[in-house]
Amino acid sequence: MADVTRRARQLIEAGFDRLWVRGEVTSFKSYRSGHWYFTLRDAQAQVRCVMWRGDNQRLPTSPEDGMEVFVHARPTLWEERGEFRLTVKQLIPTAEGGLWQLQLERAKAALERDGLLDPARKRPLPPYPERIAVVTSPDGAALRDIVSVLERRWPAVELWVVPTLVQGDGAEDELCAALEMVNALPEMDLAIVGRGGGSREDLWAFNSEQVARAVAAVRVPIISAVGHETDVSLTDLVADVRAPTPSAAAEAAVPDRAATQDRVGALARRLARGLGNQAELGKERLERTADRLGAAVQRQVEARRHRLEGLSGKLDALSPLRVLQRGYAVARDEAGRVLKRAAQFSPGLPFRLELADGEVRARTLEDDA
Amino acid sequence: MTREKPSFRDELEQLEAIVRQLEDPDVDLDRALELFEEGVRRLKVARTLLEQSELTVKRVLQDADGTIRTDELER
Repeated sequence: MADVTRRARQLIEAGFDRLWVRGEVTSFKSYRSGHWYFTLRDAQAQVRCVMWRGDNQRLPTSPEDGMEVFVHARPTLWEERGEFRLTVKQLIPTAEGGLWQLQLERAKAALERDGLLDPARKRPLPPYPERIAVVTSPDGAALRDIVSVLERRWPAVELWVVPTLVQGDGAEDELCAALEMVNALPEMDLAIVGRGGGSREDLWAFNSEQVARAVAAVRVPIISAVGHETDVSLTDLVADVRAPTPSAAAEAAVPDRAATQDRVGALARRLARGLGNQAELGKERLERTADRLGAAVQRQVEARRHRLEGLSGKLDALSPLRVLQRGYAVARDEAGRVLKRAAQFSPGLPFRLELADGEVRARTLEDDA
Repeated sequence: MTREKPSFRDELEQLEAIVRQLEDPDVDLDRALELFEEGVRRLKVARTLLEQSELTVKRVLQDADGTIRTDELER
């Protein structure tokens, strides 16, 4: 038995790829383990299904009996019971989107496979864009909203409108062509793609896989802004930034004027302070130079003074008074003439001896006395 | 198709570079004065751009031969 059911399971699993099936849910039961068991049926057939906890817990809620759904599932065989069943990986109600949703899921999976939903792809927006491309309808509310936000917030930009249909027949192709044209525009800093709100069907072009790929191929950072807040579209997922509305896209695209004024103001203050500090430094340098100059002059004066003192010392040494101080005396006759030779001292000659501190009167002794 | 306006980003970047140079204590006074004057010029341009109030809106058109051109969009 076990051998038969195992071989049957292997045959079934090898014979099917994952497939999408539509049917009505019956006998739905959620077990304590979190796994779901139910039967899917249509007018011709029915099949047992299981959806494991790991796959169903991402869903907002469980389906009800009688609800028509699409399931993405892998056919298999439950060996213990010999029962054919589907292992459900995804479950989408056909109501509220239905096929639309299915298409979206398929496109999303394809983009995911190609790595286009990778958060690492997302580029930062330029801080001060100067030229912005807007891919939208030239008559739509989206453009009016974007223009009015830019006028208020940061008018120092050029807005280049690349006109396109955003809904109806041909919208997908036009959107793709317009997005491609953005890459041909010169010196573009940033792009915005979007439209105002509308019904699910109106917004559908922005859930097209082809348009999403065109958004991903834009070479400048791109903001996607579709509709009014609620649903996230496929272009939102591949764009660098998702904005809930076109106005929000414009806000995200340009800097805040007040914050930038502050930044410029801070630079102006630093500029003034920078110059002030330089002037202060210059003054200090000048003062230091003057001090050095003063010191040099001082040294010169000092040197001259020393020299003068040296000279006056020599002058002093040459003065006769200094000689007398060392114990010498000068002899002068009554007339004041200096008597330098012994012959000038005739016997009995009165003369004066000049000493350092005064005079002494004297007389030459007589011969033979 | 090139831009006629000075670039705010460039002015701001230049201004920041000037301020950084001016804040270097080794810069001499003559150079500091030059830097200051250039900074003031750039500051003026940046402020003019900041005070600009008219947004330029153009429409991109493609001629039959594929040439891209722009015209003013009526608003």
